This record gives sequence, C-alpha cells and structure tokens, in this order.
Amino acid sequence: MEDRAAGQRVHDFFEVSSGLSPDEALFEAERCLQCKKPKCVNGCPVGIDIPSFIAEIALGNFRKAAEIIKADNMLPAICGRVCPQETQCEGQCVLSGKEKPISIGSLERFIADWERAHGTSVPDSQPPTGRHVAVIGSGPAGLTAAAELSRLGHRVTLFESLHEAGGVLMYGIPEFRLPKEIVRAEVEQVLAMGVEIRLNHLAGRSITVPELMKFDAVFLATGAGLPNFMGIPGEQLNGVYSANEFLTRVNFMHADQFPGYDTPVKRGSRVVVAGGGNVAMDAARVARRLGAKVTLVYRRREEDLPARANEVIHAREEGVEILSCANPIRIVGDTGVTGVECVRMEMCALDETGRPSARPLDGMTFTIDADMFIEAVGQGPNPLLISEIKGIEREKAGNVAVDAEGRTSVPRIFAAGDVATGAATVILAMGTAKEAARSIDRMLKEE
Amino acid sequence: MYRVLKATQLADRVFQMWVFAPHVAHHAKAGQFLIVRVNESGERIPLTISAVDGDAVRIIFMAVGKTTELLSSLRPGDMIRDIAGPLGRPSEIATYGTCVIIGGGVGIASAPIIAKAAKAAGNYVIGIIGARNSGLLILEDEMRACCDELFVATDDGSKGIHGFAADVLKAEMEKRTIDCVWIIGPAIMMKVTSGVTKKSNIKTFVSLNPIMVDGTGMCGSCRVQVAGRTRFACVDGPEFDAHQVDFDLLMQRGRTYQPEEHEALEHYHEHSCSCKGGI
Repeated sequence: MEDRAAGQRVHDFFEVSSGLSPDEALFEAERCLQCKKPKCVNGCPVGIDIPSFIAEIALGNFRKAAEIIKADNMLPAICGRVCPQETQCEGQCVLSGKEKPISIGSLERFIADWERAHGTSVPDSQPPTGRHVAVIGSGPAGLTAAAELSRLGHRVTLFESLHEAGGVLMYGIPEFRLPKEIVRAEVEQVLAMGVEIRLNHLAGRSITVPELMKFDAVFLATGAGLPNFMGIPGEQLNGVYSANEFLTRVNFMHADQFPGYDTPVKRGSRVVVAGGGNVAMDAARVARRLGAKVTLVYRRREEDLPARANEVIHAREEGVEILSCANPIRIVGDTGVTGVECVRMEMCALDETGRPSARPLDGMTFTIDADMFIEAVGQGPNPLLISEIKGIEREKAGNVAVDAEGRTSVPRIFAAGDVATGAATVILAMGTAKEAARSIDRMLKEE
Repeated sequence: MYRVLKATQLADRVFQMWVFAPHVAHHAKAGQFLIVRVNESGERIPLTISAVDGDAVRIIFMAVGKTTELLSSLRPGDMIRDIAGPLGRPSEIATYGTCVIIGGGVGIASAPIIAKAAKAAGNYVIGIIGARNSGLLILEDEMRACCDELFVATDDGSKGIHGFAADVLKAEMEKRTIDCVWIIGPAIMMKVTSGVTKKSNIKTFVSLNPIMVDGTGMCGSCRVQVAGRTRFACVDGPEFDAHQVDFDLLMQRGRTYQPEEHEALEHYHEHSCSCKGGI
C-alpha cells in the first residue's frame, strides 16, 4: 500500500492511498501478537475487539472479521480512513516501541472495503421494543446512535437538515480522504437496519421541539457546524470563505465540476488558509486541487499543528506552504481580496496542553499577495435547535452540558458528539454516541 | 422528492408555483423561507414562503438565472428534488398600530403573508406594491384583499401612482402616524425606501436575500453586517432592523458570483434542448 504520487493526486480528487491488498492484509494480520490483555482495544473509543478481527483476517475469514468489527462500529470504512489511529489503537499497540505498530486502521479499512465489494450483511437486531427515538443529525454521532438504538430493538427516526445524510462526513471531509460513495454505502447499511430518515428536515423548524418531545427519547447529534470567524477587517470581502463554506461548496455541492453542477466556487490563484487543524489542511488541499498556490498560516509552531501528522505530510507533499508563528490581522482589498496582512507571533509560556500561547509581535507585519482567504479557525455548536429547548444547560463554549451517560439537563433529551464535547474527531463523536445510546436503552427498558 | 401542484406565470419572467411539502407547510410562518434544489446537479437557492395552503407552499420567483429558469420550466406533476424549510426567523409580528407592508418587484411575493399576519394581530395594515411597470406588478388582488388600504406605484406610471414605493410611503407618513414598516424588494430599493423612515425613527424591517448554501447557519456565505456586527441572514434573519443594515456590502457580496451565474445560464441554454438540466 503506497500513497499515490503527490504530483499526480494534486490534479484529482481520488483517494491518496489505495488501501491494502489481500496479501498485504494477511501479512500485516500475522504480525499481531494477539496480546492476552490487548491495549489497542482500550485506545479505541468504540471498543472494537481488535485482536479478534485481526485473528480472523490472518485465517482468511474476512466476512467473520467484518461481523466482529460491525458489532461495535457500523462505519468501519469511514473510521479506517479518518481515525487518528496513531494516538488511539495503534498508539497503544505493544509493537509501537520495538518495530512498527500493527496498521489497525488499514486492516479495518481493508475489511470494510472487502465486505462492501463482496456483499454486506445487516447485523441482527433485538426484538422490537415499541419505543421510538428521534435522532437529530446524521453525522458520525447520529448514525452511530441510530445503528445502536436500532440494534437494541428501538424504532429510530433520523432527522437531517441537508439533502443527503452523513453530516460532516459528506460536507466537510474531502473526497480524496473519504470518498462519498463510501459514506453513502455505510449510511445505507445503517438505514438497512430499519432506521427511517427524514432529509431536508431542520429540527426546531421543520419539526418543533414539542413535536420532538412526543418521541420516547430525543438524541441531539447536531455537531459543531457553526463556523468561527476571526473578526478581522476585510472579512466581508468577496473571496473570503469559512472553511465550512468552501468545503461544502466543493465536497457536498460539487463546485469543482461547475458548470456541470450548478454551485460555483471562486478559484483563487493564490489562496491563504488560516488555521492548523484537519479542517485547515482539508481546505488547503482542496484549494491546491482547484489549481491555487496555497499558503497555510498558523499562529503557533509547526510542531504544535493540531492536524494529524499524516495530513500535514500529505499537504506539504502536495505543495501547500506552511507558514508558522504568524497570524492574519487584516484582509486587504477593495471588493475582492488582494492580500492578507499577517503579524509575526512570539511563543510564550506553555499552556496546560503543552502548547505555547502565541502573542503578536508589535510592528512585525507583512502582507501575502492573495486573491482568496479561507478561515479554518474552529467551529462551535449550531445554537438553532438548542436555543429552542427550554431549560437545557449549556457550557461556556456553547456546547450542551451532559453527564457521563449523555443525559442533558432536560429529561428524555440526550446529546453526544461535537454538540456535547465541542469540535473533536469522528471517532470520539461515535464513542460518546454509543454510550448515550446505551443510556437511552437503559432508561427505556427500565420504564 | 416534492411534487409541483400548480405552476403559472404571473408577470414577465415571474412565476408562481405550489409545491407539496407538508414539513414546510405545517410549520411555516410569515417571513420565513425555504431552500430549493431542483435536481441532482442543482444548487441550493433560498426562496420566500409566499403562502401556505394545507400541505402545500407557494413560491414566487423571477427567472433570471440557470436555477430559476429551470424551475420555471417545471409543470404540475413534475418533481423538485429537495425542499428544506421553513428556515429563518419568522417576522416579528406584534400589535404595533398602523403597519405598512411594502413589496417591490418580485419582493411583493413576501408581502401578503406578512400583511395577513399583521392584520390578524390587530394592526391597521397599509399595503404598497411597486414595480418598474404594470407588466411586472404581481399579487395586486391578493394584497387588496388582505390590506385595509392598498397603494400601487410604477416607476413608469403605467399603473397607479407614477413613482417609487418610497414616494408613496413619504406621502402617507406626512398624513398619519405609522408605527411599523416592512420593506421587501431588491437591495437598492430597500436601501432607498428604508431611508425614508430613518429620520422619523419608525421601526422598519427589511428581508435580506444574500447568497446562501445550506441555509441552516453552517457556512456563513450569507453573512451581513447589521449594527456593525456580522450576522447570518439564514438563522439570525432574514429580517433585520432596516436602519442598521449595511446595504452597500449586501449588494457587493451579492455580485460575488456574477461571472459564474452568467456562465451557468449560457451552459444551460446550450444544453437545455435535449437534457433539461439533468445529468
């Protein structure tokens, strides 16, 4: 399994890596030590029985391996691609100190891709309980909760405001990291478990909170879809995008294929991206594929970039220039963007996360010529539905306050994923969703 | 998929369409909008919810670009791929006293539903509808039926008062006390007309129609400046305090995709003979 050459992939939206061949998968699976007390499982937010599925791969029982994974994770082709395995399962692998850790993510992806190609099976569900749960949002948390609740015998209706299910998996993560056909296939598997979906339904508007409260329980999985803006002068100029808007136009509305598809997007020749997370890397790499010279400006040091190391490597291979210890302070232009003024940042004392706080250096400014500016400086929970729910407690950052079992301050309303935790990873959203779904199940079965 | 129930032409390039969309119809209030995506390759465009009847909603639009032209070609029985809504905050309907509802051009589409709601709340409702000429004037009978008084103005004098809606508003303000005004129309018309009520400090709402993608607060494409703050028209609006809106910026941002809009329309005209908008 090798990455396609950067010079080739920067001209298309196909996947960076083609995945393991069956021989490679067998070879990798045989390296697994089958630890008695597997640490890798502790590193997995959804607790997949990793050694067991790897053992089945080593025996060539790919279908059995798929069953084992799907008992804990209905989105394996997605997770195999976008999970930060290096800090989770693979980071815990006992082999990581001595030789290479087992490529658990690649194996998960291999099995999911193999099953999709050879015919998927729907996991068994418990007998119907007659209880009905509304799940709001069909991103990673909503899909996981819907699958889990369905498996436990509950009827599930999933509400999605956009015209296609998948949430951030569809609109946020680009095709070259996560092909949309794969998202569609895994969504289909969740729906095949009997989950009903209502697209084009914005909860709080197309269905009101009192209507939602008629369900036996409500599960909020509305994510962190509200983009932050930096609040700097020039932000209103044409050619300034939130990463959400830029990525939605390309990933979800296919603006890269305009005018074949009707949604346009500006094609900058020199694009500046502000931010250092995975979303910033995605925006930068999409802008490269649309033909721009791209500079990513990050306020801290390179080693502090919050994006996955692999994404940073891929971005740099593809020609994204990374400018660290600098921060945009003004967007220059008349009606469109002509440049981005930045200030040099000084690194100060380390904070509790081990990263230095960054402080602008007076007068140390410079301007980068640019005709487009993309802000990828974080997202918060969309307050639309939450603000309609009377008495629901929120934390300072705006996210919904939940206890360890995903209960909000309002009886029968649960929350998980980014709306509860603040913007995090796909797999963390899935982990919290699974916990909260089980807590709903306990509540419904105790009644 | 959402079925087109009725489709008629109201004026030059202006069309009205009733669409079966119960999730929108059952929850829609005056001042809200919906998002339409006509087909699989379509863009998402916001349109005002102009009226509601049972399970159906009415949209009114001017065929000026690829999407609206395609929409105007649909006949009863045809399907629209996606309709999301109702979106945005409803109009701030209250008992103000005397209200004036002003619709300009295709913006008249939003006027009756607001006029009806204002009337139901116990207001004395004056309607003013204006257009460039009589051929572009829409919903006159409907407005007459739901307003206590209705004034018609055309830029060229081909019908009603010769002049702008702003002129009619100015004249009425001199005659009586006006407590609240709604203005819905092209950005330049809203800018000029709201200037009339600014000096007298009359509560005035305008309904903004910037470029949107999702319409749910997710992308920030529709950001506008109101009272010096960035607001999202899709979730904070679409109605805002007219005297606080930066209209010049609204118009500037509205022109962002002019070249692309032109290209999309040309592409559509070249290809619309055999494969009506589809892929």
